[in-house]
This record gives sequence, structure tokens and C-alpha cells, in this order.
Amino acid sequence: MTMTFVATWVDVCSYTDLLPDRGACALVGDRQVAVFRTYEGELYALSNLDPFSGAYVLSRGILGTRNGVPTVASPMYKQVFDLTTGLCLDDPAKSVPTFSIRLNGDRVEVMT
Amino acid sequence: MVYGLVGPCFTMAEVVVDHLLNGDSSAAFEGADLSTKLKLMGVDVASFGDPFADGADNALGVTYTDPVAGVYKKLVVSDDARTLLGGVLVGDAESYSTLRAYVGGQLPGAPEQMLFGGTEAAGGDLPGATVICSCNNVTAEKIRCDIAEHELRDVPAVKGCTRAGSSCGSCVPLVKKILDAELAAAGIEVSKAICEHFEYSRAELFDIVRVRGITAFSRLIAEHGTGRGCDICKPAVASILASLGNGHVLKGEQAALQDTNDQFLANMQKNGTYSVVPRIPGGEITPDKLIVIGEVARDFGLYTKITGGQRIDLFGARVEQLPQIWKRLVDAGFESGHAYGKSLRTVKSCVGSTWCRYGVQDSVGMAINLELRYRGLRAPHKLKSAVSGCARECAEAQSKDFGIIATEKGWNLYLSGNGGMRPRHADLFATDLTDEQLITYIDRFLMFYIRTADRLQRTSVWMESLEGGLDYLREVIVDDRLGICAELDAAMARHVETYSDEWNDTLKDPELLRRFVSFVNAPETPDPSISFEVEREQIKPVLVAGSSLEVISK
Repeated sequence: MTMTFVATWVDVCSYTDLLPDRGACALVGDRQVAVFRTYEGELYALSNLDPFSGAYVLSRGILGTRNGVPTVASPMYKQVFDLTTGLCLDDPAKSVPTFSIRLNGDRVEVMT
Repeated sequence: MVYGLVGPCFTMAEVVVDHLLNGDSSAAFEGADLSTKLKLMGVDVASFGDPFADGADNALGVTYTDPVAGVYKKLVVSDDARTLLGGVLVGDAESYSTLRAYVGGQLPGAPEQMLFGGTEAAGGDLPGATVICSCNNVTAEKIRCDIAEHELRDVPAVKGCTRAGSSCGSCVPLVKKILDAELAAAGIEVSKAICEHFEYSRAELFDIVRVRGITAFSRLIAEHGTGRGCDICKPAVASILASLGNGHVLKGEQAALQDTNDQFLANMQKNGTYSVVPRIPGGEITPDKLIVIGEVARDFGLYTKITGGQRIDLFGARVEQLPQIWKRLVDAGFESGHAYGKSLRTVKSCVGSTWCRYGVQDSVGMAINLELRYRGLRAPHKLKSAVSGCARECAEAQSKDFGIIATEKGWNLYLSGNGGMRPRHADLFATDLTDEQLITYIDRFLMFYIRTADRLQRTSVWMESLEGGLDYLREVIVDDRLGICAELDAAMARHVETYSDEWNDTLKDPELLRRFVSFVNAPETPDPSISFEVEREQIKPVLVAGSSLEVISK
């Protein structure tokens, strides 16, 4: 038997459920996805798992920029991650998975 | 041979590129330094140089084994014990970057010294040929030249220019030492800019915000900074805005500036849960209130511990439980203890003249008075205080940011003490003060500190950095040499007048309460990654996922 998995957009919340310049965590299946809304209104999605502490907390980090790149700093030990790539800018050996995210009307959707 | 490291990979790529660009290139890959530091199943391991060279005749192996702590270390040295050839570290790889830098070179001390004491990163005196970054093959000489040539002033700039420290990062402490040594030698003052977004120190930002009446971070960064901020400048500005009295710390734009502790008005612990500390002014509490804390802890299954500041810390709360816990506490007459904030924590006290045979003043009464006066006051760092009822000093006031010791005639005020990593006894600032004098001096001390200290600078370090030290502080606070006492007094009066309990206010605000969920799309669902086991009849966190399960390499 062959099983195929088709990735689909999953509705997460309304755009206004997200505070400007902050993140929130969504449960998509059994996966924790940190969704972020930047000051400018851009959306990004990363895994919520902080690879340094092993705790699911990245959605609670502070957003910002480093050399113009949008970032989130882990609230646990403050390592900074590039929101566009998931790469840790303080330790290139570490990164977190990124997910596709889009705005559909006023709904935020992610694909995992 | 297949390498699993990034260093050889980069070197091979360089050889390939050389051949592609230059047909008659003679570049060849001739092996690589295999030094590396890894974390395997939560255990640090590192190897450098040739760790197996001790099989040879002219080499000696020095080993240390500690099966209790799970530590194994081996250094391989030349037969005269002067030259380091290689080594292995298991269980404790702290000294990796320092040791690796000495491979092939002369050890500064005996091998056993390097095994035990060699954790301090070597200074700027390493020989120029020493390879500092083995991932990118960068020598000390190259780093020194680039610092001078390209006027590099901070570690990110050195990383960007030389690539040293930009792969595995294990040599960054060493790079920093070399940079510091070079800058010091060149007499270059290190920038006091708080971060890449502002060219100002915290004290300068405070004045900009205060004088220009700025109330929003977006305006501050648009007019006086660049970019969108970061986890350094945002909480610093949040603290400045709060010190100047801009309402609830979670309202409006301020919400985006707060570190996670302030964001959830609780202290994040290692598994992502939070701890809760209700205020117990002066450490005085009625049996009924004690029972409430016990009932809340029992009903929510929280771990309880008595703090050093005479309060009770309740651990293991999930975000969505925080409002429920605080509803119970607020209903019973408790308020936020601000354990999560860079703000006044607690004013500890001994039992004082009311009960104690030796007490000469009511230390509990004064402690409560002070704690209620300064509660909620945001500062560059946390503030601790204590009041002792007599010279026996049972409240340990001399280790506090402001400590008070009762005398027959009044109060002695001690300033800028500190426990923590670098303990400092507080300095005796003034003696035999009346209640009013005492409060006036503390008001001015705190407000002057809040205005002028650096980010995350405790009062102890601040005092040591003040030119003129204690005498200067007396001139400012007692003699009003700067003519700012009226302003400082007014600022504190405004704080006292506008204080409002953050948790009580949060519970009344449905907009704020909506943020206290583990999942935005499943507000009722608790975070399934959080789990506990039982130890000594209480919960303790279990980390189910994360770094201990992953092999982390460069």
C-alpha cells in the first residue's frame, strides 16, 4: 500500500489575534508552530522548539532586526534566529525549521 | 576519507574553486585539523590536535578520570612536557578553545595545570601563528591585522571580516580576548552604544525619552535609532518608559518590548513554565493568607519554595493557569511581587523591637512602609532591600541595594550592597536619620540610579563607576549640588501616586487575558510538551524534547 501525504494550508487564527511585533504559538496537528507578526505586518512561522533549551518557547521571544534581517530572540537564553531562514545568527551550527505562512483574507494559515 | 567537519569542507571547496578558476593550479587538499567540540546526548566532548599521539615514543599522555562527575580528560604532550600535541575532553569541554589554541605550541604551564585550571581563555599574548579558528583556518596574526587594518571594534565585526568564530563559535571567547587586548593596546575606547539600533548609552536614552516626552518605542527608534530594535534595546526602553510612568507595561506598544517575564508577569523556568511570587511586604503574613497560598499551590499542583527574600515562590504554572492562579491570590488580598521585573523585589526584615529583646526600632513596620512605597518601581536592574531592628543585623541589610539598620536615635542608611556573583558590602551613607530623612534619601538615591545607570547595572557596580563615589552621591542627594533633588522627589511622588497592581489590572482586562494561552488556536489546550515527575513529594520538570536528544555538531 502506498500512502501519500499532501501538505495543505491550515487555518490558525485571525490576523488580529496576533499582536504587532510579537509571536504566538499554534498547535498544528501535534506540531507546535511559532507564528510571528512583525511591526511592518509581515508574517513568519518557525518551529516553537528552542534548540538550545529544549523548551517550546520561541513564540514568546522578542522580535527585532539584525542588520536589517527580521529576527526573534529566544526568551530562554537569548540566542537570535533569522525569521526568514530559521538560522541561529549567534551560532550557525543551530537552526530551527521554518514553515510557510500566508494571509488569506483576515485569516492566518500555515503549511507544515 | 570522509570528513564530518565544516573546516575540511571549506578547505576542499577552496581547492576546487582554485582549480576551476585556474587550470594549472597546484592547490591540493592535504588533510585538515580535526579538532572539534560536540555535544553528544547532553555530554560535552572535544578532541584537538592528535589525541592518539601518545602511542609514539617521544610523546606522553596525561590523563584525568572522574567517574563520579563523568569527566575524562587527556592531554598529549611532547616528552619534555612543554609542547601540546593533542587531547580529548569528555564531560567537561570548557577549556577546549584555550587548549586547542596551544596545539603545536608551548604550554604556559605544567600539563596538569592546563587540565584543571586552563579554563580561562588565553589572552592577547598568543603567538601570531596560532590557529584561533580551526573551522575557517584563521590565525591570531590575521585577526590582529584585520582589527587594525579594518578598524574592527566588536566581535560581530571581527567575525564578519575574518570569519573567525563564524562557524562553530567555540573560539569566540578567544576572539573577544584578542580584540579586547588589541583595542586596549591601541587606546581605543569601546563604544557605549547599547546595541546596533541606538548609538546611545542607557542613561542617554533615558534623558532623550524624558526630555522629549517620548512615550512609544516606534517614535524613539524612528527619530533616534535605526532598524526595529532587539532583545537588548527593547526591554531597556520598556524599563525606561515604565520608570517614567507610562501606565500598564502590557498596554499598547509596550507589549512588544517586554521580555517574556514581564510579558506574562511571571518568571519563566527551564521547561517554559512560570513561577509566581505574591508580594509579602516585609515578610509579614497572616495565617489566613499563608493558608491561601498553600491552597492555591495544592489546587494547581505547584512546587513551593521559600525564597531568600522572605516570600513564597510557586513553580510549574502554565501560561493559561497564570490568570486563574492570580484570580485566587488577588481575591485573597495579594498583589504582584514583581519577581519577574527589573524592579523592587522585596524589603526583608528581622522581627524588630515589637518582639525582639534586643530590637531598638520597628524594623518590620519600616520594611513594609518601604516595600509599599517602592513596589512596582522599574529600574535598570532588580532592587533588593532589608531593614534590621538593631546592630545585630539579622536582616542582612548590608548586602542590599539599600539597607537600613536601626539605631537608638533613628536609622543608619547603607547603599549599593550586593549579594550574587560578586558580593559587595553596602557603604554607610548617613547615620541616625529620622523616618522622613531616611525616605527622602532613598527616594533620591533610587531615582538618581534609575536615571543614570547602565542597562542591567546593579547599584553596586553603578556606585563604583560614579566618579567621586560615595562622597559625590552625598553631594547630589544631601547637598543638592546638581540642583535636581526637587525633580527626583517629584518623580518618586508620581510613582507612589500612580502605582497600581499589574495583576489586578490584568485580570480586569479581557484583551490582556486573551494572551495568556499556550496555543492561539486552542486556548483550552495545555502544552503537551510540559511534564513533571515527583521528587521529595513535589513536582519537578522533565524536559521531553530538545538538545539532550539531538547530536549537535558544528
